[in-house]
This record gives sequence, C-alpha cells and structure tokens, in this order.
Amino acid sequence: MTTATTPIPVTDLAVKASGVGKIFPTKAGEVTALTDVELEVAAGEFVSLIGPSGCGKSTLLRLIADLDQATSGELTIFGKPARRARIDQDYGIAFQQSGLLPWRTVGDNIALPLELHRVGKAARAARVAELTELVGLTEFADRYPDQLSGGMQQRVAIARSLAARPKLLLMDEPFGALDEMTREYLQGELTRIAAETGAAVVFVTHSIPEAVFLSDRVVVMSPRPGRITDVIVTELGDVRDESLRETPAYFEKVTAVREALHGTKVERANER
Amino acid sequence: MTSTLPGWVRFAAPIGVGLLIVVAWTLYVEFGDAPRMLPSPAAIGNEFVLRWDIIWDDMLITGTNALIGLTVGSVLAVIFAGLAAAARPIDGMLAPLVAMLAVVPIVAITPILNTMFGASSQFGRQAVATIAAFIPVFVNVLRGLRQTRPVHRDLLRASAATGSQTFRFLTLPTALPYLMTGLRIASSLAVIAALVAEYFGGPSDGIGTSIATYAKSGRAALAWAYVVGGILIGLAFFLVTSLLERLVARRSPV
Repeated sequence: MTTATTPIPVTDLAVKASGVGKIFPTKAGEVTALTDVELEVAAGEFVSLIGPSGCGKSTLLRLIADLDQATSGELTIFGKPARRARIDQDYGIAFQQSGLLPWRTVGDNIALPLELHRVGKAARAARVAELTELVGLTEFADRYPDQLSGGMQQRVAIARSLAARPKLLLMDEPFGALDEMTREYLQGELTRIAAETGAAVVFVTHSIPEAVFLSDRVVVMSPRPGRITDVIVTELGDVRDESLRETPAYFEKVTAVREALHGTKVERANER
Repeated sequence: MTSTLPGWVRFAAPIGVGLLIVVAWTLYVEFGDAPRMLPSPAAIGNEFVLRWDIIWDDMLITGTNALIGLTVGSVLAVIFAGLAAAARPIDGMLAPLVAMLAVVPIVAITPILNTMFGASSQFGRQAVATIAAFIPVFVNVLRGLRQTRPVHRDLLRASAATGSQTFRFLTLPTALPYLMTGLRIASSLAVIAALVAEYFGGPSDGIGTSIATYAKSGRAALAWAYVVGGILIGLAFFLVTSLLERLVARRSPV
C-alpha cells in the first residue's frame, strides 16, 4: 500500500503537508503548536498520529479539516487547499465526543451532512439504511442518542462521518472515552469499514496498540514544539482481526512505536 | 428523606395542608375577631359560583391582555436576543437598555401609559405586560443562543454548513429549552403586570379593576372571588408554559 520508493502522483494523495506549522497567539506570547510537518497520506491508506499530549496531533488533524488554519507551509487534500476540500465534503470527521445532536434520532443524526447539502429525502433514507447496517445499528435508527451506550453513540458518529461517501476520514481519538473491550471491538469494525469504503484514514490516538493494530503507518510526534519525530510502517497486511493482536509481528511493531515515543532511538531501515 | 416518601404522600400532603388552612380560616372567621374584609372560604366559594359569568368575562379581558403582552414581548425578546447574539456591537448597545428596562418598576410607568392611551383602550395594560414579559425571555434566549458546544460547532463547520444552516440546525434547537424557561417565568409576570396595570386606570373591566371596585364598596366575598379568578389565570399560564418546557426539555443537550 505504501511505497516509499516510487513517488505517488499528487492527486492520488489524500493528504499532503509540506513545511506545515501552526502558531497560537496567547497572552504569554506565541506558542508553537506545530512546526515543519512533512506528511503524505496516500488514497486508501490508514495513518495514525500518536504522541503525548501537547504534541500537536489534534492540531494537525484540525488543520487538515480546515477547522484551524496553518500559519506556515502548504497543505493540500486531494490536491486542493484544505478549505476547498472542506466545502466539497472530501472528508468525514469523528471526534472523541460523539457530538450527536440530542434532539435528532440516530437516523437523522447520520443524515445530517446529507441534509445540509440538500440531498433528497428518499436518497437520505436509503443512505441511512446502508450506514446503520454497516455499523450494525439498524434497529436503533429511530432511537435518540441518550438511549444509546457510549460505544453505540460512537458508531453513529462514524456512520455520520461516512454519510457523504468521503474518500478521507479524519478521526480524533474516537474511541478515547470507551472501555477497553468496546474499544477493541470498534477497532476491528473500523478496519473492516475502512477496507469496505476504500477511504484513507487519519487517526489521532494516544494508544500504542490501537495505532499499530489499525494503521499502515504510525506517525510518532513529540511536543515543544509539536513535530513529527518518526514514522513506522507496520507491514501487518490488509486483514486485521483479533488473532493479529497476538502475533509476534504485532508485538514487535508495538515495541518499535513505544521506543520511538520514549525517545530511545532505534535505527530503522523503513523510515521515510 | 423525600426519596423515601410514598407517591400518594406527594399529593395528599399539600391537600392536607390546604384543608387545614381552610378549617383554621373558617374557625377564625366564625368564632374569632376577624376583620370585616375577611369573609369565610365558604362565602367566597359561594360568591365565586354565583357570579361565575361576570368573573369569567373579566378573566377573559385580563387573560387576553396578559396573553398579548406575553406573545408580543416574547417575539420582540427573541428577535432582539437573536440580534444581540449575532453581533457583539448590538449586544453592547442593548445590554444597558435591557438592564434599564429591567429595573424600571412596572407600577411606576403604568399610570403614565394608561393615561397616554386613554380610558377606553386596553393598549396601556398590554404594553405593561409586554415590558414585563420581554426581560426574562430576552435574558434566557440570549444565554441559550450562546450554549452551543464546541464539538457541535466543529461538526457543522466540517460539514460545510452555511451560517443560516448552523443557526437552524444547531443554535436554535440548543436555545429552545432556554426560551421555554424564559416563557415560563414571563407568563407569570405578564399576568401579574396585566392585572396590576388595571389598578391604575384604563377601561372599567378586568380582574384587577373589579377587585378594587368591590373591595372599596365593601363586598369582600366578591372581591375575594375575583382574586380566585386572578389565581386561575396565573395558574393556566404557568401550567401551559411548564408543560411546553417539559416537552422541549426531554431532548435538551446532554
């Protein structure tokens, strides 16, 4: 999936960031949240951003989503500026909080992005049926969010992020507030959904096993100032099931990411 | 402690207290040294039933004034709160005006308004009710319009929602429970204002006018019966707005 040797044409890149930096002005002076970020995410690729708090991983995601603007460097999504990509609905997004509107049913929440873009009622209903099926919540389409468990709410949020059939999914610690078992279950579901939709995913997390299990590449970041310090290719193949969690290859990559995070420098041949 | 009370006590207790008061009141009027203006509950009830048709007519007058005041005041409050929430400068302009309006004693301007619009017009009374209803709705709606959560704002922005879509899909539904709270508070105030305004002139109808008239002419039981009528109007307004509030609050932001 990832090829470091052959250059990828720029339009096939879901995300291309070069020299991206972000400075927040505060009362105590300027804070450099991100500096000199070089990142390419290929179409269909699953990339995790991992690092301690303050490393700018969420900031980077918000820049890609055009929820904040970069102060320096160049950032393109499918070859377009981030703002254009946002308006064209080229990406779907999910946050740590599900962010469901409590006065709308599950179905209406999933259909929200479509409704905002004036998709017809029949087409919306059809898409909601597909998506509730995809995330296994068909019977819950008429319920309200407060009648659902945290894990189910998060599945609704994922379904909503897929509503407009985006080719890029941005996820900011979507499983961060869930218990371990729900979390592992949803990780498996997410790899299946990502494979079925063929969408590229940029996934922010601070869980090492989660990053390794899900990703084609794990981008390791470090704070003060926020920057990318390492990129680890997992090479775990396309099939990600529960048995993968117990293979030596998986453990090896978990160790590699952990060492990269803790700064014990290990020479790796496959760094980009 | 309240959690261990059985359900029926919650209804029986206030009824019991009410009965106790009625009994004590009756005994006081019958055997005690009660003032002449305090008739027994039975006499008041009797007068209320007997004069129900004229009491009802006056209830309609006062109730209509309160309803018009509540409606107009609320609509104006929502519009101005919307403007204030949309633009900081407008908020800055309105805030001191609203603060001023809030501290103006309603009774102070009522005689002026009543004289201004003449003895045959209900307009002065309705204007007083409007001012009374405006304040709580404005304050609550303005607050509600600022309660949208960051995650929801991010979501709408990420979905490329336009400004008016964000208002319709997020800001307005978020503010709705606040509007309902404002309405509930305003409904009682509008009734009180409409009733009290009648003491200061205007046409010779309405609950307040009748209470004043019959109290002055010494018909204590009838005056009290009109007070009951006033209570009924207030209750009706309060119950309807409370019900609305509860309906809306069922899906309020978690």
